[in-house]
Formats: sequence, C-alpha cells, structure tokens
Amino acid sequence: MVEAAAFYILAALILGFAALVITAKSTVHSVLFLVADFLCVAALYVTLRAPFLAVIQVMVYAGGIVVLYLFVVMLVNLKRPPEAHSDPRRLSRLGVVMAGAVLAQLIAIFAVGWAKPSAVEGTLSEQNVEQIGRALYTDYLIPFELASFLLLVAMIGAIILSKREL
Amino acid sequence: MITTTHYMVLSAALFTLGVVGVMVRRNVIIVLMSIELMLNAVNINLIAFSHQLQNVVGQVFAVFIIVVAAAEAAVGLGIILAFYRNKETVNIDEMNLLRW
Repeated sequence: MVEAAAFYILAALILGFAALVITAKSTVHSVLFLVADFLCVAALYVTLRAPFLAVIQVMVYAGGIVVLYLFVVMLVNLKRPPEAHSDPRRLSRLGVVMAGAVLAQLIAIFAVGWAKPSAVEGTLSEQNVEQIGRALYTDYLIPFELASFLLLVAMIGAIILSKREL
Repeated sequence: MITTTHYMVLSAALFTLGVVGVMVRRNVIIVLMSIELMLNAVNINLIAFSHQLQNVVGQVFAVFIIVVAAAEAAVGLGIILAFYRNKETVNIDEMNLLRW
C-alpha cells in the first residue's frame, strides 16, 4: 500500500514538473522545475532499490548538469524573447499530435504485448554499490573506459567551443 | 501492487512530454532540457527492469546513459554559447545556416 501510494505521488510529481518544464514562460523557471523533476526521479530510484543511482542522479543531474544550464541561461541575456520570431512553415500543432501518436503507440505496445517477463536472473543484494562496481570493473570494463574517454572528449570540445579565440 | 508496466507507462508519458518539448518549443535551451527529460525516461525504464529481473546490469547501463547525458549537455551548451556569440539568438527557427 505504501509502495503504491509512493509510486503514484512520485509519478504525478514527475509528470507535473515535466509539463511545467516545457510550458514555463521564463527559461530560469524551466531550469528550476527541471531540478525538482530530477529530484523526484531520484526518489523513484530509491523506491526501486537503486540507491547508488539515486545519489548519482542528485549529484550529476541536479547538482552538475542543471547548474551548467543555469550558467548558460544567465550568460545568454536576451534583448528580445526567444519565442518572438517564428518560422511560418513551423507546424507546432502537428508536433503535439505526433507526440500523442507516440504515446498511444507505446501504450498499445504495453497493452497488447504478449512477451512474458523472463525469469528472475540474479539477486540484487543490499550492497548495491559493490554490485555495480563489480559489474563495471569486470564485465563492462571496456565500455567504462570508453565512457571516460567520451567525457574527456566532451570536456575538451566544450572548452574549445566556448573559447572566444584559440 | 505496482508492476513493471506501471513504471513503463510512467516512462512513456515522460518520454512523450520530452518529445512535445522538442517539437513545440523554439528556445533551444528548453529543447536541450527536453532531451534530458527523455534520457531520464529511458533511465526509469532500465532501472524498473533491473528491479524486476533482480539484475544489476540495468543500473550499470543507466550509469552510462548519465555519462552520455553529461557529455551532451556540456557540448550542446558550448555550441549554444558559440552560436549566441555570432547571431545573438537562441531561437531554433533562426538557426538555419546549414539549411539547403
């Protein structure tokens, strides 16, 4: 019962904040709603017994990425509102309709899908961090190294892109 | 009883909100934020399956997705800053230099 209540409250919060992110007039408000959304998703991870991911979500998303967004929003001071100029060939309503079609399609897949969930494969122990670390450094060592290389490339790329002149 | 399907429907709804944001908004910063929302929806899916199968691999993949999201945010915002310096706009309808 508690689990169900927690899920429904968190789901309502996540979807509500996400809707506010894409409808807010001011970009700063949008970023702040994004922080709240990420925190609710982190709480959802806790109910799914993934505490390490919840901490990473708070630290990387709510702490790092969103601060980066805030810095850019503050740096880009706009003399005119960004929504002022609209491409006459732009079809926003069609976009909403297509997104609704995507949602209907996804729900149809869940509703009529005949794939049975496969059997339980392993065990999630209480030592969540230990299990993730073991998987990262044994079976997924090469993807792990590639991910660190990707971060290095992204860091260099961001520095080069945002420098005025090299 | 909350099943994996509940989490999948939540994830689908969050993903759809992200799609709406990408398609409708003209502020490119909000478009990037909508992409973050979509990546989060994928993460919810992966972790719900990790919970259902009692297998930690889903959480490992979620870590990789967070890495990709961080890299995407850094490079994307760098591009926005570089573009803003040249054209003084963040309106996605005015970013048509590469249009044929």
